[in-house]
Amino acid sequence: MPAMLRTLAQKLGLMAHTFPGGIHPDMHKLSAAAPIEDAGISPVLILPMKQHIGVPCTSMVKIGDKVLRGQKIAKSEGYLSVPVHASTSGRIVKIEEHAIAHPSGMGMPSIFIEADGDDRRDESLEPITDWRNVDPTILRERARMCGLAGLGGAVFPTFIKLVQDRRFPIETVILNGIECEPYLTTDHRLMVEQASEILDGMAIIMHMVGSSAGIIAIEDNKTDAAEAMQEALTNKDGMDGVHIEVLPTRYPQGSEKQLIYTLTGREVPAGKLPMHIGVLCQNVGTTKALRDAVILGQTLTERIVTISGDALPRPANLNARIGTPIRSLFARQGLEDFSNIQVVHGGPMMGERLRHPDIPVVKSTSGILALSQQAINAAHTVENPCIRCGHCSEACPASLVPNLLADLCRSDQLEKAEDYQLFDCIECGACSYVCPSNIPLVHYFRYGKGQISLARREQVFAEASRQRSEGRDTRIERENAEKAARRSRVRKTHAPKPAAEPTTEAVASTDTASTTRPDTKPIPEEKS
Amino acid sequence: MSLIMLSSPHAHGGDSIRMMMFTVVLALLPAAAVSIYLFGWLAFLLIVSCMLSALLTEAVCLKMMKRPLSTLLDNSAALTGLFLALTLPATTPWWMAVLGSVFAIVLGKQVYGGLGHNIFNPALSARVILLISFPLSMTTWIMPMSSADPTLNLFDFSTCATIFFHGTNALLSSSHLSLDAITMASPLGHIKTEATLGVPIADALKAYDYSYLDAFLGFEAGSIGETSALALFIGGIFLLARHSITWHIPFAYIGTVLLLAAIFNQVAPDQFATPMFHLFAGGLILCAFFMATDPVSSPVTPVGQIVFGVGCGVITWSIRSFGGYPEGAMFSVLLMNCAVPLIDHYFRPRVYGHHVDDQDMGKS
Repeated sequence: MPAMLRTLAQKLGLMAHTFPGGIHPDMHKLSAAAPIEDAGISPVLILPMKQHIGVPCTSMVKIGDKVLRGQKIAKSEGYLSVPVHASTSGRIVKIEEHAIAHPSGMGMPSIFIEADGDDRRDESLEPITDWRNVDPTILRERARMCGLAGLGGAVFPTFIKLVQDRRFPIETVILNGIECEPYLTTDHRLMVEQASEILDGMAIIMHMVGSSAGIIAIEDNKTDAAEAMQEALTNKDGMDGVHIEVLPTRYPQGSEKQLIYTLTGREVPAGKLPMHIGVLCQNVGTTKALRDAVILGQTLTERIVTISGDALPRPANLNARIGTPIRSLFARQGLEDFSNIQVVHGGPMMGERLRHPDIPVVKSTSGILALSQQAINAAHTVENPCIRCGHCSEACPASLVPNLLADLCRSDQLEKAEDYQLFDCIECGACSYVCPSNIPLVHYFRYGKGQISLARREQVFAEASRQRSEGRDTRIERENAEKAARRSRVRKTHAPKPAAEPTTEAVASTDTASTTRPDTKPIPEEKS
Repeated sequence: MSLIMLSSPHAHGGDSIRMMMFTVVLALLPAAAVSIYLFGWLAFLLIVSCMLSALLTEAVCLKMMKRPLSTLLDNSAALTGLFLALTLPATTPWWMAVLGSVFAIVLGKQVYGGLGHNIFNPALSARVILLISFPLSMTTWIMPMSSADPTLNLFDFSTCATIFFHGTNALLSSSHLSLDAITMASPLGHIKTEATLGVPIADALKAYDYSYLDAFLGFEAGSIGETSALALFIGGIFLLARHSITWHIPFAYIGTVLLLAAIFNQVAPDQFATPMFHLFAGGLILCAFFMATDPVSSPVTPVGQIVFGVGCGVITWSIRSFGGYPEGAMFSVLLMNCAVPLIDHYFRPRVYGHHVDDQDMGKS
């Protein structure tokens, strides 16, 4: 149906809300029927210091230290950060830079643990079985201590969202089981196999934010998951305010803002968070991890990883320890030769293409894909001129005009690009997917955002320098004035007439000088 | 390790410019077939020569601009040639067709920087240059299927080749035919002439022996590809079904013309033609489904496309009703092409999360 008629029908209440745009890529859910298997423990686990959005951690261990599974080995620095934990028991053998999942192949300081094979757990965290009678702030600290970050792929520290703010009471908790990325089936399998545990997690979240209404959102290509969740929901007490919504499959439905709009008909205002409109959205995997953290007292040391792709002999869903080298996971599924194979970390729409498979599983690793050269080449042929067909605007779930934005970014008209709301792009890739000219639109947007962020940082830096230099000038002026005052005092003391007390003016000037000392503000961290 | 793009997404829907252009060519096939049925070898020669000369011109331009010749395979030049051919009268001589194609490719497209950069629809701008340069040839219409004179057989190749290569006069001088016997005014031209004489439209059309059915099927005088509303509708529906175009421009365009025509026809039926007449006459349907929807020279956003379509409709109807030219469809599209950057700027969709005014933020 034409988009405008749909919008009109939605406004009149004749039709359910759905986000605009979106695409229907081939889903390739090769591992949808594969039960979750345990991937075992790799002899060496590599734990990067930063596995979340925010500030990197600092190491708390040194080479030779013995650690237990779940023991904190790197502590968080600053608010937007969660600690890193050892994912098995063993000995620290190295602390050095290792490649992480980044298209540039860049590295990150990482802790290497040699597994001792015993996999002994650190039992210091008490299970909280009676969580209904526990203060939410204690549970929130538990979520932070256990290193929870959004396992859907964005790895935003979970505890930050789990807050009760009297100004913004949470009305609805949304459990995101959409998993709209092609290939990925981790949330799907988790819902099929551990529906009851997920609901426990959801109940904990609802307790923490003081909400009694909840929606579990699942796409209609996962009917088995919806059935499993429905069954578990019927058998679970105290979750009367929760219901399941099965939505027609469309990418990027799992994007938080788009999902909130589809389910509630409300938009998260630009620059605000879902909590500002009374909504909290959590991924099912994170919710399950929260449950384990609270009820079992387990820190985040493992996650479910979909390993798939048209070049992989045996696609599967693996329960893998954080830090497991993905090369060993590929080998487990029958892939050892990586010539003419492209490795993607995450899904094909938003994931990172890797230069080599020598990176560890991290908290954001929802999937690892081995794609054949043909599958990738279809996506990246020569860029042709834009013929302004408008397919990108039709596909954009944020209602941007991607082709105009890309032109602005390409020609460095960044102020205008901001005016065209560049920063509302969620980088879902729908525009690039439909572009008949193969224009890497998202790539231009990343470039534009990067340039603007850089310019802002430089501006802040320049402002700080200006203040420093002005401060220096005032200080020199003040010192000169003081010297002059001292000199005149000295002259006066040596003068025949007896000197008076220091003048009130001089005192006053010293005082003002000390208070006008400029604050050299620290440069605020930019969101990337 | 290859140095190709590593940025996401790593999947693609498979659309290409080549396929999009080819879809439009396919959609024009019914109109092209009808034109050959109506105007015989003349239409065939026109279509082939326009397409070939457009491709050749494009090749020369690409060579001069040191661009890969493989760009020819994007089908855009062939499509421009086909478009141009379909807007020409059947008796257009070969050199005019070739000149038109050269105009279309060079002045319509390549001087702006090639595909995707032109402001105006290339085929239409070439058509207007031809109309202004050769007003007589561009408004001389022969009767389809030569219904007036049985001795002029358009399916006789040598007759058509004579007209095509040596002009209509060469044929006339070598036969007993007279120009008046084989040509006629287009319905739009006819009512425009009669209107200046003060003849009411209904009478003028009666004298013309006008029938809606003939106009719908294509049995009327006009450019070779624009006479058959039926064939163009089939192509337009094909484009809509293949999602090559959206409904916004054609519906807004045709709807506006129909609405204006209906209102004014009710008020003053002697001076203003009926909506049905406007719908089937001239190049309205060809322009609405094929020319105005040219992606490069039309707005990107849905609301912008509606504004664009309404503008085209108003201008088309105004020129037809009040202007000096009998037909205004071409001019309307070209005029609205100029407005596209403005339309794109002012009719952007509301971005998610911006200007959300009907929501309460928290309970402070």
